[in-house]
Parts: sequence; structure tokens; C-alpha cells
Amino acid sequence: MPSKAAGPQGATRAELVPVPALVPPDEPPQHLPDPRRSDVDEWGRSEHMRELSRRLYDPLYSKWFRVEWDGLEKIPDDGGALMVANHAGAIPSDAPASMHGIEKELQRPVYGLADQMFKTLPVIGTLWSRAGGVVAHPDNAYRLLREQKQLALVFPEGTKGPSKTFNQRYQLRRFGRGGYVEIAMRSGVPVVPLAVVGAEESMPILFKLPAVAKALGIPYFPITANMLAFGPFLGPLSTAAYFPAKFKIKVLDPVYFDVEPDQPRYSRSRIMEASEAIRQQIQEALYDMLRTRRSVWFG
Amino acid sequence: MGRRILVTGLGTFWGGRVAQALEAQPDVDVIIGLDTRTPSVKLERTEYVRSDENYSILSRIVAATGVDTIVHTFLVVDSTQMAARSMHEINVIGTMNLFAAASAPGSTVRNVVVKSSAHVYGASAADPVWFTEDTRRKAPLRTRLERSLVEVEGYVRDFALDNPHVRVALLRFSNVVGPTIVTPLTKALRLPLVPSIFGFDPRFQFTHEDDVIRSIQHVLDHDVAGIYNVAGDGLLPWSEVAAICGKRTIPMPPFATGLAADPLRRLGVDLPPELLTLLRFGRGVDNRRLQRDGFRYEYTSAGAAQAFVEASRLRDTVGDHQPAYRYQRDVELFFRHSPSVLRNQASVESKS
Repeated sequence: MPSKAAGPQGATRAELVPVPALVPPDEPPQHLPDPRRSDVDEWGRSEHMRELSRRLYDPLYSKWFRVEWDGLEKIPDDGGALMVANHAGAIPSDAPASMHGIEKELQRPVYGLADQMFKTLPVIGTLWSRAGGVVAHPDNAYRLLREQKQLALVFPEGTKGPSKTFNQRYQLRRFGRGGYVEIAMRSGVPVVPLAVVGAEESMPILFKLPAVAKALGIPYFPITANMLAFGPFLGPLSTAAYFPAKFKIKVLDPVYFDVEPDQPRYSRSRIMEASEAIRQQIQEALYDMLRTRRSVWFG
Repeated sequence: MGRRILVTGLGTFWGGRVAQALEAQPDVDVIIGLDTRTPSVKLERTEYVRSDENYSILSRIVAATGVDTIVHTFLVVDSTQMAARSMHEINVIGTMNLFAAASAPGSTVRNVVVKSSAHVYGASAADPVWFTEDTRRKAPLRTRLERSLVEVEGYVRDFALDNPHVRVALLRFSNVVGPTIVTPLTKALRLPLVPSIFGFDPRFQFTHEDDVIRSIQHVLDHDVAGIYNVAGDGLLPWSEVAAICGKRTIPMPPFATGLAADPLRRLGVDLPPELLTLLRFGRGVDNRRLQRDGFRYEYTSAGAAQAFVEASRLRDTVGDHQPAYRYQRDVELFFRHSPSVLRNQASVESKS
């Protein structure tokens, strides 16, 4: 009814329009004294710690895994983007490798969205958080991607990726329920798929001990080839010693979703379809890379 | 006619300070304060009524005074203060009676402001970094305090739904610190060594006590309704909080922390379960909704912590530099009701 819409400012109109801010918008932004002592940001990440871990990790990155990138220019230089990758290795080596590589090459911080399990672990949880780990909660992802226009990395397979045994290597698991697509749609950012080769061989799982995992309350308890190979020399340290597999990471074309951001909900079938298509793309890219790989150790 | 306001929990830090702030406002005609304990701050014209802890006389007070606004600050958010049973009486039964009185037929109440706590969000590993007012809590309800606060919020919601003509604002405050307020958190920060949990450095958000009072006033002045988080900007790692306080931390074991906290309790250092989970996981609340509705903070999280530590340093050196207030019934009654005082006031007013 046009007459009603054009009418005086009645109660009906006031309910439909957002309540105006009580403070005039031209008020200068506040600068409250903020006596901070550390550089830990709201996500728990410390650039200082990140710098330190970059320095420590770089030899492993460039000398041990000899990470090679293909298509790094496809990752946007500015604006938010959600990178998704396959996940492998008993203690996944793909997460630090891809975060390190992107930060080194693009000079942009990367936040790794991961399972809440990290946060429950003493010491490791704190280090993980200071090094850029963030709990994979939709609110966190939205704020990072939409409001702060950051890069975030997520492994939609979750623990199902790294927990698979060596005979199932490079067989992608289900991509959850496609939550990452919904987040990217709502945040209005592209999904940038990454295909990672090498992580599977850096720490292959021979078999798993479900009873031990259950007793310890962790998702899986693997017996890795690394434990058997390095165990006699390194003892317990062998659980964290990687084989020097050659890493290759291929950046696939960013996937843009033709939907309005900030919608309360998105079509479930659309989400599942997009998620499955991205999974398929990564799977195909992995097969291509494996076809041309001559050696696990030299690429 | 000005506003007629009822403040519950007048004897608490919150209630007393809110009443003081309201006294300074000329458009507030009547301030009535209700509590089981006598007021702990000096009040000029607030009328104090002693009640039992679950407010059985409340409906009579509301009917007799015709208040239009209730500020409900009498919610216990510190489980070390009292036994679980009396906390339940005060929080749940008290709120229930309060809303029963406010929604009685012929009730004059049109505004209700409830002071709740960010404890309703809990704290767990699965939490988002920032809880918005609509984020569902992730952790199951474990402690009595959290259960009672969530129950109270249920009553608030029901009351708001049943009484659409009443403006209801629910404020969730996060870790209030400041020069005067005493909570388990401020007690922990005043210890020679600040307790922490080994291997965890959770992030904390603080609210300055002045911002607490200002936010309640803001809500009253601007007729704001809805649920609002109130907390300073920014999150500080616990180690940084200790550093701001100029203290070192003493780590408790990450496993069986409750057992380790038990001997501390005997020594007088009471770390309630809510604080122990905070020391493990921390919590952040998104404070932007109240800012969008025009509120401006005066302190960030770090600023609030700094203000707290400066005030406690001063107190450690010179003691309480303001004389402590003791409520004396006869004196207060004299100033409010003595014919000679009232006559004198009237003549002063007519001259000016």
C-alpha cells in the first residue's frame, strides 16, 4: 500500500527500518587508552610468535619437504578468501606447510581454522593459537573473512583425512556437510582449493589402535611408519619426525558463488552441490599430480 | 511526573552505585531500594526497604509505590559468596517473584533492566572467539551458578513475551573489575602470585565498573530494549593480565585442576568452577550491539585492568582513603522524614 509507506513516521514504519544510532555518525572515533603489553591479537595469534615459528620452520619447509607451489598467484592479494585443502599425515604436515608458504610468498597472515580439540591440549593448544590457529566456528570464520577480509585455511575432511591408513592415500574423504561453502557464501568470499601432494608420505599410518584413542579421548591413535623407522634412534621423538617427502601444492582456480552475502540461509542442495564439485576438483588435481610424479622423495 | 524507579539489591555494589547515579538525575522522582542487607554506599534520597531474599513483599511495594521502572541488579554472579541454596533463592525465586509482581494486573511497571552475566555463555574449547547476543552456548550447563543464571534469563524472556508493553533490557556483563568491586577474579589478581593453569593462556575481557553503571544508565535514559553484552574492547591473554598487574603466575596442574584448587580454597583463595573454566578457555563477547545503540565505553579491557591495578596499588599503600560508610537507620530516616529537615529544604527551594 503506497499510502501507508509514504505516510507519517508511524509505529508501522519504525518497526521496519533499523533504529537509528543515538549518537550522530560524524562523531570522531574514540581513542581510549589501551595499555597492551603483548601483541596477541583477538584471535590469539601473536605476530612475534609467528615470526619465531616461521624462522624455526623454514628449514623444514625449504630443505626437508622442499615445498613447490604451482599457481600461487591465484590466491588474492587482498580481500578475504577461504582456502580449502586435502588433509593427510598422522600429524598433518600440510597445514603448517601451506600456511608458511602463503605467508612467506604473499606476506599475508593466514589463519588456520581447525578442530576445537587443539584448544583442550595444554601447551600445544596455546602454541597452536599463538601461531594462528582458530577454532573452526562459523562465527569465527565469518568475522575473519567478511569483517576483517583475511585469508583462512580449512580442511573440510576434518580428522577423517589424517586418520586414514596408508593404503587409502589421496582418496579424499567426505567434505563434512559443506559448512565451509555456506560460510564462504555468507561472507561473500571465494573458495580457493589447494591440492597437496606429499603429506601422505611424510607420515603414513600403518594401523590404528582405537582402544587407546578411546582411553586417551583423542580422535585416533596411529602407529606410523615413522615410529618404526625412527623409533630405534629417536625414541618417543619419532612420533613427530617426518619422512622427507617432496611437497607439491597446486592452487586451483578460485570458486566464486553467485549469491548475496549475509543471507540467513542458503539452499542446502546448492551448498552440497558446490561442496561436492570442489571436492571433485581437488581429487582430480591430485590424480593429475600423482600421474606425473616420478618419485615420492624427489617429485 | 518524573520516573519512579525500584532498584533491587541496593546493598550490593551494583545496586548501590546505580542508585547513586540515579539520585543525580533530576527527572527521577522516586528511588526505592530493596535488599536483605543495608546499603553499603551513602545515598541521599533513595528509600531503603529491607526484604527477605526472595522478595515476597515485592508485589505490595510495586502496588503501593507505583514504580514505572525496575532495575534488577540483585543477581548473584559469584558462587563463592553463599551456599547454593540461597543463591537459588535469590536468583531464581527472587526473579520469579519480581516478575510476578511486575506483571500483576494493574501493574505500573513499563521498563525492566536486568543485570545478568556473560557466565550464561559458559566457556569451552568449542566456543567462538566472540559470543554475540544470539550465539548459543556450546558448553553443557555444569555449575549451579550458570544453571541459575540461565533459568533467570528464561524468566526474563517469558516476561518479555507475555508483556509486550514493557520494555525489557537484559545486560550481560563480562568480568567486571575496578577500584571498588570485589569478585573472585579481582581477589585472584590481588594474590602475590596469580593462579593460572599450566599450558593454558586463555584470553580475558574486562569491563570497568564505571562502564557498568554508565551502561545501565544509558539503557534507562534511552529506553533501550533487548539483550546486550557489556564488556570492554579487546581480549588479553591471562599472562598479559598478570603482567599488567606486575605479578607472576603460579601454574596449577592442567589435569585434576579442581583437586588442586581445593587446598587453595582452604587457604582462603576460592577459585569458583566458573573461574577455573575461564582460566582454561577464556571468553570473549561481542560488545558492538550496545555501541550501535549509542553507548560509548570509557575503558578498554586493558584499560580496565590497568585502572583496577592502579587503584589496588594505592589501596595497598594508603589503605582505604575514603571513609567506609555504615548505614544507620535512625540517621537516614531523620534526613528523609524529619519535619524540620523537610521544612528547611522547602524554604531553600522556594528561595532559589
